[in-house]
Amino acid sequence: MTAITRAEVEHLARLARLQLSADELDHYAGQLDVILQSVARVSEVAAEDIPPTSHPIPVENVYREDVARPGLDRSVVAAGAPAWEDDRFRVPRILDEE
Amino acid sequence: MTTAHDTIAFADALKEFEPVIGLETHVELGTNSKMFCSCPTAFGAESNTQVCPVCLGLPGSMPVVNRAAVESTIRMGLALNCDIASWCRFARKNYFYPDMPKDYQVSQYDEPLCTDGYLDVTVETDAGPREFRVEIERVHMEEDTGKLTHAGGATGRIHGADYSLVDYNRAGIPLIEIVTKPLVGTGELAPQVAKAYVTELRDLMRALGVSDVRMEEGSLRCDVNVSLNRPGDPWGTRSETKNVNSLRSVERAVHSEIERQAAVLSSGGRVVQETRHFHEDTGRSTSGRSKEQAEDYRYFPEPDLVPVAPSTEWVDELRGTLPELPSARRARLRAEWGVGEHEFQTMVNAGALELIEASIAEGVDPAAARKWWTGELLRIANDREMELADVPVTPAQIRRVESLVADGSLNDKLARQVFDGVISGEGDVDEVVAGRGLAVVSDDSSLLAAIDTALAEQPDVADKIRGGKVQAAGAIVGAVMKATRGQADAAKVRALLLERLGVSE
Repeated sequence: MTAITRAEVEHLARLARLQLSADELDHYAGQLDVILQSVARVSEVAAEDIPPTSHPIPVENVYREDVARPGLDRSVVAAGAPAWEDDRFRVPRILDEE
Repeated sequence: MTTAHDTIAFADALKEFEPVIGLETHVELGTNSKMFCSCPTAFGAESNTQVCPVCLGLPGSMPVVNRAAVESTIRMGLALNCDIASWCRFARKNYFYPDMPKDYQVSQYDEPLCTDGYLDVTVETDAGPREFRVEIERVHMEEDTGKLTHAGGATGRIHGADYSLVDYNRAGIPLIEIVTKPLVGTGELAPQVAKAYVTELRDLMRALGVSDVRMEEGSLRCDVNVSLNRPGDPWGTRSETKNVNSLRSVERAVHSEIERQAAVLSSGGRVVQETRHFHEDTGRSTSGRSKEQAEDYRYFPEPDLVPVAPSTEWVDELRGTLPELPSARRARLRAEWGVGEHEFQTMVNAGALELIEASIAEGVDPAAARKWWTGELLRIANDREMELADVPVTPAQIRRVESLVADGSLNDKLARQVFDGVISGEGDVDEVVAGRGLAVVSDDSSLLAAIDTALAEQPDVADKIRGGKVQAAGAIVGAVMKATRGQADAAKVRALLLERLGVSE
């Protein structure tokens, strides 16, 4: 039994705005399936008394004080932008969801 | 596209259907720095001058939580009678849109910091005030997004735009989202209850000092959920109206959505679960995208931030910092001032409580403070389409005007002119009085001259008064007041007039 269907991979690709060919979909669906099945085997080993872990080190409550400091100089920000206009990032036109 | 004739009248809609409403309110917290980095949060700064590697989502940058934002959220949760989680995490909400450079927004998903609270709100009805308990589902923390401007094309909207420009100053400013449980049983009062709830939330946040809630700057934004069902039926399909950014719009959005859905259902149609966009100009909404399913956001625990686990001691300490809450304060002020429910509600609706309280603290007579703020100053605010609190009159100026009225140098009519002058920027009270030459004419001889002129112009009225019809004196007093441009004491004019004609009251 597969852990992820080709249709699910296609859906995820759309959410991530990745345009995949039919061949690529087949290819990645197969690869992702191997990864997911491997992870699923770990789940089989994990007993009820082992809680799911999101953080490897048990650290909590790390905060910074609410003190403002200047950010980057705008020229530095602009230098990293693929496109820049009128002091702002210029991004391609946003198409509506269908 | 929905047009006006696709709706049925509100009153008719309510005869057939019961509304269920829910509100999701996002508020920017008033912290000095952003949620996960130390960039400043000042409103109106030049584009992209309050950004750093963290809020720009640059590789290798690591976020750290702002302690003050957590404290503000806990205090808000406590004020809303919520349970505070002893352990919770942030989550990544993944979506593809350039308002967040990371391609995800850090939020909280299944582990909100505050849960299960309530807020009581009061609405005015013809049968007197009615209280509703709005149950709170959750209060959670997240970060605001950047600001997009659509450029090119003709309309400045997404449709037809050639490209967009992004300012990330707002990206990463701390937000709290307050979500209500579905609210039933409000019936025809649903729009007012929704507005009263958001108003109460705003006042609560201001009282707590967690946000100054400047709605005109977009620091409070509402999503309004509405569904309709026939009595006894299960709840209907809901729509979510976004972009509702003023108190008045909250009321209008609920109102218009009830009318729209009722029309769909009455004609045998089905309400589509969708996101709708509210338009301030028309007070109506248009259909947006179909609602993405929650799993499309692929939420997962944020690995770059450690869990938030407030200790009981910390929560208790924060509980100790809660000020008198607005509802308690209103009850206290109403008792202190000894005013009726209706009159008090007028002051509340006008946003005058704080102003009146401050004026009384400045030494203004309580009745006079109420009179000015809910009378002339409110009228001026309405005329100029501004909030009462933004009318540039200080409690000290009201006290000065009142003292001039008390010693007879001004009457009420002249006092109104003084405020007009102060608001028009003609200077302080005494400068306006001097500049406009405002003073009660107390010189008897000039008043008598004006009385004689008025009597000569209205001999029939003069005869009536002489004949004992004292109530006719009003016409002459009015003429004298007009002749002196209001700068006379009406009671004194009346007394002089009767004396002149040898008539007694």
